[in-house]
Amino acid sequence: MREALDQWTFVMAAYAIGILGTLLMIGWSWVSMRRAEKRRDRSREL
Amino acid sequence: MHGFANPARFLRIARWLTPALLVSGVALTAAALLWGLFAVPPDRLMGDTVRILFIHVPAAWLGMGGWTTIAIASLVELVWRHPLAGIAARAAALPGAVFTAICLVTGSIWGRPTWGTWWVWDGRLTSMLILLFLYFGYIALSDATRRDGGASSRVAAIFGLVGAINIPIINRSVVWWNSLHQPASITMGKSTIDPAFLWPLLIATIGFSLIFGGVILARMRAILADIQAEARLRRKAMAGVSG
Repeated sequence: MREALDQWTFVMAAYAIGILGTLLMIGWSWVSMRRAEKRRDRSREL
Repeated sequence: MHGFANPARFLRIARWLTPALLVSGVALTAAALLWGLFAVPPDRLMGDTVRILFIHVPAAWLGMGGWTTIAIASLVELVWRHPLAGIAARAAALPGAVFTAICLVTGSIWGRPTWGTWWVWDGRLTSMLILLFLYFGYIALSDATRRDGGASSRVAAIFGLVGAINIPIINRSVVWWNSLHQPASITMGKSTIDPAFLWPLLIATIGFSLIFGGVILARMRAILADIQAEARLRRKAMAGVSG
């Protein structure tokens, strides 16, 4: 017997995970870079 | 190569290159994924699930590309003592691990409607899962050596080199062992993929690769800034003690 699976549900789940994972990685890397560079700049002023 | 070993010169280039890579990468990836979602026809055998490959395939390549970056940077660190090589290796670990995880999860989601199962312990899937665990080990090891003051960073570099043995295993796994996973559709200069799928796949791969490069640069800048801040604070503390 063949299962009736809606392929678009799987496509959307894969896109959501791929896009969300990539955006989170970009955001986290960018924010931690800005924070580290601010910390370095503050250490210059001390 | 040693011309780029100067952190000041690297930062001058990375300052404009990081946002340039990230913005162009996001734009290209978004265009390719929209193309793949709405303009590409369903595949004769896979149906609409073929669209998952526009994320899954670039993620697989970049998962392996991340470890290749770690291995090359580790070799450069060990042999030429290039000051930025160790930082580049550490910076490549997180995006490599993220893309490997995306590859495994999207592959599993693709496998359920196509193969009828979420997971099989075959050569390709298992060696890819081992790659994810290698990334976890490398990240833990390089973080520990960083807290250690970087004195034993060679341990992480050796681990990076030894772990590279898994890359040809992943690549050849579909040839060496019976596998549900299909053999490579794109080899040196040849492709068995119809142009209707090949072009969005190539553009998605370029887009994700630009993002990968941008994230590595951002993480290198963060690691460098941390090292510079710590060194400055240490110098000031020493000056305070001796004064």
